[in-house]
Formats: sequence, structure tokens, C-alpha cells
Amino acid sequence: MNLGSINDIPLGEGRTFAVGSEMVAVFRLRDGSVRALSAVCPHKGGPLADGQIDLKQVVCPLHLNAWDLTTGCSLSGQSPVTVYPVRVDNDSLILEM
Amino acid sequence: MPSSRQRLVVIGNGMAGARTVEEILARGGDFDITMFGDEPYGNYNRIMLSNVLAGVEDESGIFLNDLSWYAENDITLHTGVRIERIDRYARHVYAADGSATPYDKLIIATGSSAFVPPIKGAHVPGRGYHQGVFVFRTLDDTRSMIRYAREHQRAVVIGGGLLGLEAARGLQNHLGHVTLVHAAGHLMNAQLNERAGRTLQATIEQKLGIDVVVGGMTTEILGKHAVTGIKLADGRVLDCDVVVIAAGIRPNTAVAAESGLVVERGIVVDDYMRAQDEADIYVVGECAQHRGQVYGLVAPLWDQARVLATNVSGTNVSGTNVSGTNGWATYVGSRLVTKLKVAGVDVASMGLQSPERDDDELVEFAEPRSGVYKNVIIRDGRLVGATLVGDNGKATALVKAFEKGLPLPANRAELLFDLGGPAAEESVADMPDDEQVCNCNGVSKGALKACVDGGCKTVGGVMDKTRAGKGCGTCKPLVQRIVEWAAGGEVEEDPAASYYVPGVPMPKSELMAAIRQHGLTSVSSVFATLGGEEDAKSKMGLASLLKMMWGADYVDERDARFINDRVHANIQKDGTFSVVPQMKGGVTTPADLKRIAEVAERHGVPMVKLTGGQRIDLLGIPKEKLPQIWAELDMPSGYAYGKSFRTVKTCVGSDFCRFGVGDSTALGIALEERYQGIEGPGKMKLAVTGCPRNCAEAYVKDLGVVAIDGGKWEIYVGGAAGAHVRKGDLLTTVDSADEVITLTGRFLQYYRENGNWLERTYAWVPRVGIDHIRAVVVDDAEGIAADLDARMSEAVAAYRDPWKERAEPATPGQFRTSLPLIVLPQVPVRA
Ligand code: SRM
Ligand SMILES: Cc1cc2nc3c(=O)[nH]c(=O)nc-3n(C[C@H](O)[C@H](O)[C@H](O)COP(=O)(O)OP(=O)(O)OC[C@H]3O[C@@H](n4cnc5c(N)ncnc54)[C@H](O)[C@@H]3O)c2cc1C
Ligand code: SF4
Ligand code: FES
Repeated sequence: MNLGSINDIPLGEGRTFAVGSEMVAVFRLRDGSVRALSAVCPHKGGPLADGQIDLKQVVCPLHLNAWDLTTGCSLSGQSPVTVYPVRVDNDSLILEM
Repeated sequence: MPSSRQRLVVIGNGMAGARTVEEILARGGDFDITMFGDEPYGNYNRIMLSNVLAGVEDESGIFLNDLSWYAENDITLHTGVRIERIDRYARHVYAADGSATPYDKLIIATGSSAFVPPIKGAHVPGRGYHQGVFVFRTLDDTRSMIRYAREHQRAVVIGGGLLGLEAARGLQNHLGHVTLVHAAGHLMNAQLNERAGRTLQATIEQKLGIDVVVGGMTTEILGKHAVTGIKLADGRVLDCDVVVIAAGIRPNTAVAAESGLVVERGIVVDDYMRAQDEADIYVVGECAQHRGQVYGLVAPLWDQARVLATNVSGTNVSGTNVSGTNGWATYVGSRLVTKLKVAGVDVASMGLQSPERDDDELVEFAEPRSGVYKNVIIRDGRLVGATLVGDNGKATALVKAFEKGLPLPANRAELLFDLGGPAAEESVADMPDDEQVCNCNGVSKGALKACVDGGCKTVGGVMDKTRAGKGCGTCKPLVQRIVEWAAGGEVEEDPAASYYVPGVPMPKSELMAAIRQHGLTSVSSVFATLGGEEDAKSKMGLASLLKMMWGADYVDERDARFINDRVHANIQKDGTFSVVPQMKGGVTTPADLKRIAEVAERHGVPMVKLTGGQRIDLLGIPKEKLPQIWAELDMPSGYAYGKSFRTVKTCVGSDFCRFGVGDSTALGIALEERYQGIEGPGKMKLAVTGCPRNCAEAYVKDLGVVAIDGGKWEIYVGGAAGAHVRKGDLLTTVDSADEVITLTGRFLQYYRENGNWLERTYAWVPRVGIDHIRAVVVDDAEGIAADLDARMSEAVAAYRDPWKERAEPATPGQFRTSLPLIVLPQVPVRA
């Protein structure tokens, strides 16, 4: 489904969207690609969309655990997060769920 | 499970049990493996508990086998389950939870427990230990010790051995005052002779500030509900509210004994690591007694594990140096090397403490004033004992000579000192692959090489992966040489060590030079030009540095900021934020108070609190409300969220106080007015106090100013009273408030330009040295004072109140909620 314009997400940051009952954090990487993860940090419920990212990982702002943006696997021994397929289709964010 | 496979049961899921299973798997041993451990965890590195207590290692970093490891190797692990009885005839083990488990082969690896001498008051009938009394053996012990110590002031550690010393050092990290009470005449008497012990004691007292009582026999723990002190045999009473007992260990042999195995001090085993007279029961680790020896260190259990694994699975694997005939490997005992894991206090000891025979050679060097004692004891041309206190330089070489019985240099002094020229270290190339390099974590040269071949080319990386050098640390030099050798010259520098941020391979000074040279004004350009890969964990540090360097010309990419700096508030556990308006010098007005009160009321702010920084905190504000709240408050930000200049605490000073000798309030306000919001490598918290009674706590601030008689001001720097408590060093004494303001700016600028990322002044000042800082900042020894002042003035001029950024969001959705979920935008789901 269409989450709106890619320009709603600043380069290198993330924003949270509520898709039905799901909370999805969508990140806009500096290489232009996008990633989508479930928005709630499995550690202690931190807001992943407020985390800092690079091309590989997102770092949760609360206790700095990290997750791989592509696989959803934790890079710091936490349980994984769900990843959702997401793409940009002329400026709009398309999420498959 | 195919019943054809043999059933292997392991009692004890600690370092020996798990390591043995690893060795068995490495030999392709084909068993259905079931492990019982009465701790509720996977296997962790017990020796690292000292580092956890000392705060230098994170809990998550000490696990050797996490639960997934057991799953992957389909091992059935019962955590938190204690085995109570073994039926050797029916071949079953019976657990406290009532279960019975059959085995074909059994391994007992129950380790030891802390030994608690009969001390009155140590136990509360029926309720285990007196609250406030702890032992130091398990992760749970360590956690509860830390939790309790944090809320108390004075600790006594009973026992001046390895464990006691490490406990004492670690506790200093959590409370103010630690005393070490040792029954014997000198510290570490099991490993050190008296001279060495006394030298160590002096270092512990002077360098670490731990009080040491030797020859002190504890007879009683005082205090009915809470601990109030301990009593010694000679009647002396030491006040304390925490007691840690580290008086030795006892092998856990009860289960074995009750089940009819031969038990003396430990469970008696033969050279095959089998319980005496038992064909199918093996024993390994601290609970085993081999040839009369019971060990209390990990090194022996690595050897034992190899021998046991070879025998139980009937297969040797190349490179495990287990000797033996007819396929049976034999264990012949281990030579013990002891090292103390206390940063800055080197102690290594092996074999004899002192000569025992008339013809034993003793080479001894003592320099008590600098805390150094060394000796070696030589018998028939072989090293049979060595002690190093205060200088572990030669440890690696000595350990080798001791364990391998190598021939020794004719000039014995070379054993104790590097006498010019390259020390006669044998090349790592010649070391056999299976030679153990890290005895704490049982890592061989081969394992290190494999790790490097696997693509890890930094010393730090290899250490993280293999855990080599992560125990007592004395093998680090050797690990370094092996990695360099294995990487064939292409070894990369160890990032963690010197880089300003992990993602850009340069220490701060180089980094700044490169940034200037290439004119890099944005974080992304730094990565692109200097770092290669963009790195999330390096962005915040770089943003801070670039802002400091370029001021107005800095190209501010918002994604480089930590969330706090994106929204100018501190994120909280539930994703809401705290708002702390500026309140210069802790001085406010009825009008301001009214406004804060009204805003808080209007928005139903969950908590309004006076902070430790003399201002008011509105907690629990949702992100999307921040701009509105700032607008209604219409006050400048207090920067209670950034790595930046925070507060200047003041006292009422000469205007009101009977004792005040200087107008601390006015000076504090002036300082905050000038340096507000300046960012740096860490927080900068200041205070100005009107007299040495120090009501504003100026002695323990990053920079603290104290008014003294005669209109003078003392300036202290590098103080702290947070996670670390340190009295600041006196930088200088000046005659006027203006001088204070100038020197403050110069000191802060020097810190901003030289401090490592997140290095608070309490670490930076001692690292650089107060004398050097004084020379630069006060005496202008390097002739850079004017430049420092100029650069600080630019920073001051560039100040903008971030809370003015509210009419328009700086980025789309800057203040959009990320959680908790009152959500925008709602995206409709079409099925
Ligand atoms: C609000 C306040 C506690 C209070 O209710 O009084 C506070 C709250 C926090 N402190 Fe503090 N500190 C507060 C005064 C202090 C003080 C006392 C002082 O400033 O005079 C100290 C000791 C002095 C010092 O800094 O050394 C202090 C030492 C720390 C430390 C330990 C720093 C260190 O290296 O020793 C941390 C952790 C850190 O900085 O990494 C910390 C971190 C924090 C954080 C920011 C933790 C975090 O990152 O979320 C807390 C934010 C809570 C929140 O939800 O907003 N806070 N904190 C105080 C705000 C002061 C202010 O007005 O700005
Ligand atoms: C703080 C600290 C620092 C140390 N530092 C060093 C050091 O620097 N260098 C060094 O060489 N050594 C050090 N040691 C010693 C080292 O940790 C031990 O030698 C090592 O852990 C012994 O391993 P083990 O498997 O024999 O015993 P343990 O590691 O204690 O494992 C035994 C396990 O068996 C479990 N168990 C016991 N009975 C039962 C039962 N009936 N049923 C089920 N499970 C049971 C226990 O709960 C425990 O988990 C240190 C120890 C401590 C506590
Ligand atoms: S406010 Fe400070 S002391 Fe209190 S919990 Fe947070 S960090 Fe710890
Ligand atoms: S809540 Fe995300 S790391 Fe703790």
C-alpha cells in the first residue's frame, strides 16, 4: 500500500507509520534506497524510527542496540525485528504487507 | 532421537562443562547431550565478573555460549535445574525438579562455591546471608552486589587474595570507600612472598585509595537489620554497610560424595579424568582432584577438557597436544600462573615464591618507592618460580620459560629487564599452532591465526572474536605480535584504541587536520573522503566535532544528530521527552515560575521536578508537543540533552550568606550567559560557590570556581560526582571575575579541541595532566592562548537558542511521534 511521498522522510532518517494494527518504521538510506522494520524495539520498546542509521544498521536511541536493516537480525544479541518489503515508486513509498 | 546414539549427561554448565562439550563436538563425538546447570543462564566467562563489577566489561559481553549455541548443536540444556543425586548402577541422574535422566556417559563439572568462614552474623537464620553481605562467584552475586553497593557508602572486603583484590577494586566503581581485610600477614600470601605482598599493599593503598588491614581476623558482622560494621579478633571495629566475603572457594562435591564416588578435597580422578574406579563417569574443572591437586584457575581446565573429550569420544584431533598411548589421552597436571586483573596494578606470579633449596638461585629486584618488585627462582638451570609486581613487562616471556622449562639466558638480569636491543622473544612463527596464548580464555595461536585468515585483521577485532587478551590482559602484546605475523604486515591499527570515532580510522588530532585539509564541512563528506563506509555509531561524534570546528560554516545534516539533538530534548524510556528550560545559575523569578506552572497545568505534564542541576524539569512530553510547549514557555533551552555546556550551579554567595566572600551568583549567571549551549566531547557542568564551604559543589564539577578571602577566586577542573567521583585539580587562583570568565572559556576550548569523544573532563584532565593544562591555559606555554580565546569567542557568537526552531519544522515530520502510538499518518489497509 502507499505510505505517501518519499520526501516525508528526510535523507538518512526514519519515520513511523501505522499500518492497520502494525507499527512500521521506514528508513530512507543515504544511497536513496528504503527499508522497513517493525517500529518497536524488541529490547524495551524503544522507537526505532528515532534511531540513527547507516547503510547497514539502525541503532535504537534508548540503549543503543543495533539491528540489520535488511535482515532484521540484531547485531547486539537481541531478538530480531520483522522486516517488510518496501520500495519507492516515482516518489511514493510502497509497502507490501 | 535415535536410541542408537549414546546419551551423554553433563552436570554443571560452567566454564569446564561447556568447554568440555565444545571439545567433544570438535572431535565429532556422536552423543545425545543433556546439560544441567543450576544457574539460570547459558555459559558465561566467570573470570570476567571482575571486569563487569569494575564496569570495564558489559554483561552482554561475557557470554561464551548463549542459548542459541545449545540449540544449534542440539544440546538439551536445563538451566536453573540442580542435580541432587546420581544412581551409578541404574545410570540415572535425579534433579531437584523431580526429573530422572538416564545416561551412558556422565560428566561432573560442578565447580566450586564461595567459602564463607564461620563469622558471627554472616547468616540470618533461615534467610541465607545477612542482607548487605555478599559473596563473589556468580553473575547473580555480581548483579546484587552492584545493585546494593550503589545505594551504600562503605564496603569491607574480607579476603586479600586475587578475588578479594578484584572485588575491592570493582566496588570502588559503585561506592565511595572500600577497606580490604586480610587474615594473613600480607596480601596474596598464597602467591606472593612477604616483600612482594607489602609492595602490592602500598600500591593498592596509595594508587587505588583502598584501605588495607592485614593480620585482621574477622570475627563478627555487626548490625541487626542492616550491616553497620565488622569486628576483628583484636576488638577493632570497622564501620561499613556492605560486606563482601572473598575468603576462598570449596569444590562442589556433595552430590558426588552422596552418590558414592571417591571424594577427598575434590572428586578424585585418574589421569584419564575419570572418577576413581568408574568406567563411565568423568570429572572436570574445579571440582576435580587430580594427583592430590585441586585447581582454582581456568588454565588447567582447558587441558583437562581436551583430555576428557579425547577419551570420552575416543578420538583425538590434530593439534590438541594431549599425550597418551592406545588412544587414551592422559592429563599430567598443570603449572599455575596467576595474574591480577586490576587495571594499573600489575601482578603476575608462577611457581615458587621464594627459594626452597640451598642451591636454588634467586634473582631479586625491589624498588618499593615506585611499587616494583620482581624475582625469579631457578633450579638446575630451569625457571621454577617468578613474581612480578608493578611491572608485567616480562610476564609473557617468563610464563613461557616456566611452562615449557626453556633454557635461560646466561645473564639472568635479562629475565627481569629488557636490556636494550630487541628482547630475546622467540619468533611467533616458530610457535606450535596449539600453543595456548591466552590462558584466561584458553585461546591458542592456531585459533588466532584462523581468525585472521577468516578476514579479521585488527588486533581489537581478533580479541573480540576469540576473547584472547580479554581476561587479565597480560597476553595482549603476544596476541598483537601473532596477529601482525598472521596478517603478514597488513594488520590494521586497532580502532577502538585510538580513533576518535570507530568509523573513521584516525585519532582526533589527525582527523581534525584531515578535515581542515580537505575542507570537510558535513558528516557525509567526512565518511566519503576519510571513512569509506558511513557508520551510524560515528555520526554523533563527528557532528559535534564539525560544529566545533566550522561554527557557522558547518553543514548540518540532521540525520547525523542523535534524536536528542534533532528535537532539542532528552528522550525517555517510553519515547517521550523531557523539557528543561534554562535557569541561569539556578536563579528564577516568580513570573517565570508562574509561566512554567501554567504550561505544566495546561498540558497535564506528568511530572514537574527540580533537577540536580538547579532548574526545573518537565518530564513525559510527547514529541509532537515540544514546539508548542517551548512557545508557551518562551524561555531558552537549558541544553539538558546534549553533549554540551549544561548548567552553572551557584550558591547565594556574598549578597545573602553570612560566610560569602564572593558574589558567586552573579559570576555563575555571567558564565552561563556566555558559554550557554557550547557543544563539546562531553557534558560540561560548572559551579560557582561563594566560599570554601562549597554549597554549590564546585570541587566536583568539570569546572568549579570557589571564592576565597581577599576577593580571589580558585578555579578547579576535572572534578566529578557522577558515575565517577573526583575532586577537581586546582588550575589556578585569580583576582577577578573577568579572569575567571576568560580562563573558563580557554580551558573549555582546549578541552573541546583535545578531549576524546564522550571523554568527560574527569578523565581528560588526569590523562593530559593538570600541569600541562595549566602551562597551556594559564601560562600560555605554547603561545596558543589567544587562538583558543578567539575560537571560543566565535563559538559564543554562533549561539542560537534551538527552541526558537519551532515555527516551522526543520525537516519533514521532525516532531512526528515515533511511539507511543497516537499515530500520524494513519495508513488505510486495503485487503
Ligand atoms: C534530570 C536529572 C536528574 C534530576 O532529576 O535531577 C538528570 C537526568 C539524567 N541524567 Fe544526569 N541528570 C541530572 C543531573 C546530574 C548530575 C548533577 C549535576 O548536574 O549537578 C550528575 C553528576 C554530575 C556529572 O554529570 O558528573 C549527573 C550525572 C549523569 C551521568 C554520569 C556522567 C558521568 O560520566 O559521570 C549520566 C550518564 C552519561 O552522561 O552518560 C547522566 C545522564 C542523565 C540522563 C540524561 C540519562 C539519559 O541519557 O536519558 C537523565 C535524563 C532523564 C530524563 O528522562 O530526562 N547524568 N546528572 C538532572 C538534570 C540536571 C540539569 O538540570 O541539567
Ligand atoms: C570473580 C572471579 C574472577 C576469576 N578470575 C579468574 C582469573 O582471572 N583467572 C583464572 O584462571 N580463574 C579465575 N577465576 C576462577 C575461574 O572462574 C574458575 O576456575 C572456573 O570458572 C572454574 O570452572 P568450573 O566449570 O570448574 O566451575 P564453574 O565455572 O563454577 O561452573 C560450575 C557450574 O556448575 C553448576 N553446578 C554446581 N553444582 C551443580 C549441580 N548439583 N547441578 C547443576 N549444576 C551445578 C554451578 O552453578 C556452576 O554454574 C575467577 C573466578 C571468579 C568468581
Ligand atoms: S536520572 Fe540520572 S541517576 Fe536517575 S536514573 Fe536517570 S541517569 Fe540514573
Ligand atoms: S529499547 Fe531499544 S535498545 Fe533498549
